[in-house]
Amino acid sequence: MTTTDNTLLAVHDLRTYFHTFSGTVKAVNGVSFAIGKGEVMGLVGESGGGKSVVGFSILGLIDSPGRIMGGKILLDGEDLAQAGEDRLRQIRGREISMVFQDPMTSLNPLHTVGQQMDEVLRLHTDLDAAARRTACIEMLESVGISRAADRLGAYPHQFSGGMRQRVVIAIAMLARPRLIIADEPTTALDVTIQSQILKLMRRQIADKGASMILITHDLAVVSEMADHITVLYCGKVVERGRTRDLIETPSHPYTRGLIDSIPDPANRHARLKQIPGTVPDIRNLPQGCNFRDRCPRAQALCAEQEPELRPQNGAQWAACHYPLQPGDSA
Amino acid sequence: MLGYLLKRLIQMLLVLWIVSLVVFLMMSFTGDPVFMIVPIDATDAEIAQARRILGLDESLPVQYWIFISSLLQGDFGQSYVFRQPAMTLILERMPATIEMVVVAMVLAVVVAIPLGVYAGANPNGRLSRMIMAGSLLGISLPGFWVGMVLIYLFAVHWGIFPSSGRGDTAEVFGLRLSLATWDGWHHIALPAITLSLGTMAILLRMTRAGMMEVARQDYMKFARAKGATRHDVLYKHGLKNALIPVVTIFGLQLGDLIAFATITETIFSWPGMGKLLIDSIYRADRPVIVVYLMLVALIFVVINFLVDIVYTLIDPRITLK
Ligand SMILES: Nc1ncnc2c1ncn2[C@@H]1O[C@H](COP(=O)(O)OP(=O)(O)O)[C@@H](O)[C@H]1O
Ligand code: SF4
Ligand SMILES: [Mg+2]
Repeated sequence: MTTTDNTLLAVHDLRTYFHTFSGTVKAVNGVSFAIGKGEVMGLVGESGGGKSVVGFSILGLIDSPGRIMGGKILLDGEDLAQAGEDRLRQIRGREISMVFQDPMTSLNPLHTVGQQMDEVLRLHTDLDAAARRTACIEMLESVGISRAADRLGAYPHQFSGGMRQRVVIAIAMLARPRLIIADEPTTALDVTIQSQILKLMRRQIADKGASMILITHDLAVVSEMADHITVLYCGKVVERGRTRDLIETPSHPYTRGLIDSIPDPANRHARLKQIPGTVPDIRNLPQGCNFRDRCPRAQALCAEQEPELRPQNGAQWAACHYPLQPGDSA
Repeated sequence: MLGYLLKRLIQMLLVLWIVSLVVFLMMSFTGDPVFMIVPIDATDAEIAQARRILGLDESLPVQYWIFISSLLQGDFGQSYVFRQPAMTLILERMPATIEMVVVAMVLAVVVAIPLGVYAGANPNGRLSRMIMAGSLLGISLPGFWVGMVLIYLFAVHWGIFPSSGRGDTAEVFGLRLSLATWDGWHHIALPAITLSLGTMAILLRMTRAGMMEVARQDYMKFARAKGATRHDVLYKHGLKNALIPVVTIFGLQLGDLIAFATITETIFSWPGMGKLLIDSIYRADRPVIVVYLMLVALIFVVINFLVDIVYTLIDPRITLK
């Protein structure tokens, strides 16, 4: 992977394991990627692939029995994997902030929206109470919440799901972080609200010149939003590339499977092609390629040797012994 | 709000009415009080006469009507033993019980909440394990046994605490309280500790469970993702959420303490209404028992109402309706 002057965050060979009673879960097992300033990176894959754990690792929010076992997380060259808790606290919310999947549970039910917004500014700025209040009102307005001054005194349960996610986004953007990690920010919302929230996030990022890691299991969502995409499977990167290339000419059969299972809006009644089988137990991975039990292209070699991430066509990388070529049907 | 209060008032009266029915039936099926009234050498005619005066010759519904209408007129009957109004007897002894229950409850809360929070915040620590082991003892040891052990150790063996009575009392706003004198505190210590242990253990375990449950919530992780310290997240975001279930239990425990006070008062000869109840049961002093039960029912109902109000103060999601 190349890192340039424009690189904001570079993750090298990240390994985050959970040491549980039933064995070691290698939730993230050698993941690398980089994000440039102002870029949006999609992090996709089925549930359990390790996407959230990547996000929490970057913020240093892995709790026991989990631990970052290796790798580097370079934010502007500073390795967050080696940073102490005090330094990480300065970074959380200020340099990097996070939006969670379920807005119904991300906010403290007993604190007002105003208190929860104010907390970020108290932690990261020297503003006085009046200036913080003004900043909170402006931020709430910019995420499309009307009568913002009145709403500061409201409690989360007085808002709908979509409105709560707007509040969460407002909190995440409040200290003008350089990177937002959005972990399935629209999965828990209605379809109509989903596109509103995505538009809102895109506009916020563009306005503030921030970068974003958009975590989702929905390739359709990232293909609209992301500049490039990293596909995770069983804690490993199986494919990575520019969004356009990856969607039009996927190299890895898993990426292909994800694309084929996107519902076609023009043809609602067409049966979706789901990837056959299920994700293997991550504590007990087969030898060779992790995808081979589900892969239509698997051959003998796939059971023996684990494929490494290799450049395919141009800027696209894939970990597969028999990658798809442009023009291949399956 | 007014509608809510009215609804609650009706509910409370309904509960008290049902309690009065249960108390009345219980009393009707447990022995004939006429023999408490008449002299030992009374003739059959005298007994029949007494029956008539007490209304015991009437049918059960009529007897209940007499019972409830005198209650409503504030006539709670005379103690057969003391020949005094039963209500006066109980009200005289109530401050002693209330002060013991209050001290026990305060003690339980002051010890249980901080320890429970600590044990919930550091579930794997050694101190937490010791706290939990201690709370298990608190739950499983019977109160009367603990009381006797405390008397043996502190009163008999070391002689540093008295084993019975209230000690000196002083009058505060017309109530005779032990808490107003040092000697009173000296006397209340052992019974209050005995009474509080079970409640202390339960509150502690509830608080710990609440903290551990809350620690898993998304909003705790989100608060940390904002850059808050682990300490702030735990105490500013977690504690209040963790205490919501504890408040519910608090009301129930207060009721429990009043009930268990009867045993503790008997062990420590604490002259409260609980001891009066036990004595009255031995003497089949029916009016005193009835007044005690009705009064305790009233206290329960009022406590529950107050707990519901407190609930709405800490949890904005709950509204009175
Ligand atoms: N606290 C934890 N303890 C044990 N295993 C965990 C824990 N958190 C996550 N994992 C495991 O890590 C793997 C990746 O999880 P996650 O990152 O949440 O997946 P995704 O976000 O892609 O759905 C899963 O197999 C999950 O079981
Ligand atoms: S390495 Fe083999 S099994 Fe794995 S994805 Fe490629 S073709 Fe399929
Ligand atoms: Mg996830």
